[in-house]
Amino acid sequence: MADQTAPAPSRGIAEAVGPRPRRALSVRNIVIYGILALLSVYYLLPIWVMIMTSLKGMPEIQMGNIFAPPVELTFEPWIRAWSSVCTGLTCEGISTGFLNSVIITVPSVVLSIAVASVNGYALSLWRFRGANVFFTILIIGAFIPYQVMIYPIVIILREIGLYGDLAGLVLVHTVFGMPILTLLFRNDFYSVPEELFMAARIDGAGFWTIFLKIMAPMALPMFVVAVILQSTAIWNDFLFGVIFSTPQNYPMTVQLNNIVNSVQGVREYNVNMAATLLSGLVPLTIYLVSGKLFVRGIAAGAVKG
Amino acid sequence: MQPSVSIRNLKLDFGAIQVLKDLNLDIGKGEFLVLLGSSGCGKSTLLNCIAGLLEPTDGSIFINGDNVTWAEPSERGIGMVFQSYALYPQMTVKGNLSFGLKNARVPKDEIERRVARAADILQIGPLLGRKPAALSGGQRQRVAIGRALVRDVEVFLFDEPLSNLDAKLRAELRVELKRLHNNLGNTMIYVTHDQVEAMTLADRIAIMKGGLVMQLGSPAEIYGRPAKKYVADFIGSPSMNFLPGKLRAGPVVDVAGQSIPLDAYDFTRKGLEGDVWFGIRPEHVATGEAAAACPVSYELKAELVKPMGAETLVWSSIEGTPFRFRMDGHAQVAAGDILRVGFDPVRASLFDTVEELRV
Ligand SMILES: Nc1ncnc2c1ncn2[C@@H]1O[C@H](COP(=O)(O)OP(=O)(O)OP(=O)(O)O)[C@@H](O)[C@H]1O
Ligand SMILES: [Mg+2]
Repeated sequence: MADQTAPAPSRGIAEAVGPRPRRALSVRNIVIYGILALLSVYYLLPIWVMIMTSLKGMPEIQMGNIFAPPVELTFEPWIRAWSSVCTGLTCEGISTGFLNSVIITVPSVVLSIAVASVNGYALSLWRFRGANVFFTILIIGAFIPYQVMIYPIVIILREIGLYGDLAGLVLVHTVFGMPILTLLFRNDFYSVPEELFMAARIDGAGFWTIFLKIMAPMALPMFVVAVILQSTAIWNDFLFGVIFSTPQNYPMTVQLNNIVNSVQGVREYNVNMAATLLSGLVPLTIYLVSGKLFVRGIAAGAVKG
Repeated sequence: MQPSVSIRNLKLDFGAIQVLKDLNLDIGKGEFLVLLGSSGCGKSTLLNCIAGLLEPTDGSIFINGDNVTWAEPSERGIGMVFQSYALYPQMTVKGNLSFGLKNARVPKDEIERRVARAADILQIGPLLGRKPAALSGGQRQRVAIGRALVRDVEVFLFDEPLSNLDAKLRAELRVELKRLHNNLGNTMIYVTHDQVEAMTLADRIAIMKGGLVMQLGSPAEIYGRPAKKYVADFIGSPSMNFLPGKLRAGPVVDVAGQSIPLDAYDFTRKGLEGDVWFGIRPEHVATGEAAAACPVSYELKAELVKPMGAETLVWSSIEGTPFRFRMDGHAQVAAGDILRVGFDPVRASLFDTVEELRV
């Protein structure tokens, strides 16, 4: 019976059995967690200040002490930011900009990813004549600074009658997302074993069947990455928004700028903070939701072939 | 009879590299042809050309009498099985099997029938609902074979289908493939670089080198009467011993100080004289008492002894030329022992030293 009792707590290597014991508190862990905690405070502090400020009334803000939680809690700044603050000429709050941003972002993301994924697929698996030249030109496009191309694009859009139209802005976002997205998809499809593609051709699948039934499902994690990249980039875009749209179509970022930089009257810090938080809400949600999907996507796609 | 697959003057270049050079091959109906050759000799390239996955630079391919040189892979009446299985990862086994049929718009009940039949033949019925990731290597390869099977095609193409499997499973599936071929009677073209696989499966073997077919013949012919020194050297493990010799009228060949009479040797080319390679396989060398009874025998010193269980391989040399032979596994030999070895010249293969063709 004696040899069935639990072994002494201090076991030597020779008696090792079962999972290796881990010490929770080692010097290494303390240092790592310490640094991590410090960094999170560093990044979270501004957000803390923003949230607290947005929940205070102006008199309380003018008293200073930006870190303190509100004495008198109020949601008035949020409501004002959403529906009645002046964004330039009109005073309907940032809600119109929110709608505009959705109308700009959704089609741009869908269109650019749809085109780029087919591009990448054709470039990596079908290797048509001139594919490499085409790809090289596309990649060079990625290195030309935006500013250089803005004026020509304004002219092009004016000529085809899309200047100042939301469709024009969608087109610009789609085109500018193309090089990097095509590169991502091409490299992803390159890692697909060629024999899989051959097998599908023998099974009589054509260009679109192979893409839709076999390659696109395998590239699901890549699609998630592309959605994160594109939707945050387009949502956060300011430059194209201000150039290629008219005031009634301004995306949220442009309206936010107008609110924060307005020179008339008192600066309503609480409303500014609320508006800023509101416009950051969408990218934040995308990160949180798709981050989870992303990890799951990688796990599901791990067994290729 | 009309051949099932016939390849006429096929050439294929990858840029400046000529991979296939003017290749001709006829494969009969229901024949099991194995393409055997060292790595990079163009076996897969040839198979992909037949499948329509690569476009030849020149030449034509006929399947069942139709010129399919420009036809799409799916229109050629072929099914193909790949080394890496190449199963569609996000489809179930059933989805994998029926994908080709759906693309060809085969009616639903017909698809069901064919999938059921293939599953029955390959004993993968219980796996139909699983994804490829949840299958073992052997099961995956069965599904891959099934995918070719359901298409009801004339010609099956295999590109090293068993080389990702362990030795035991490989032997099992080899037997199964042979049985499948006997039952179905399809034409099968099978690429491998495993000699044992080639010998056991093939009706005929095509030995390839540098984009050309070196010899096409039954396994017995390839082994017993290799047409070229390269083929003789390539087939058999350990490979054939080649001793330099001089062929004279008689016919007699002088090898290492002995005149070996060749009265019983089956000449391919008669009347040749001069320098030759005298080739004899290690397994055709006798030792001990049996050696003394042979028409030719030598005294040799064993240099290296390699027991393999059933047999023992002995490395030695005759006048500086390496010479290997096999002995019974029970034989008591050690390096340094002097042994008498002998062989019968009937089993030898002679090659000229210029073109290295069989004499
Ligand atoms: N896409 C390609 N571009 C250039 N050269 C190629 C290409 N594919 C194959 N080759 C060359 O063609 C030759 C034949 O290749 P192939 O794949 O047919 O060889 P193999 O006989 O199947 O060899 P293995 O037994 O290793 O599979 C090789 O020398 C290879 O380097
Ligand atoms: Mg190969």
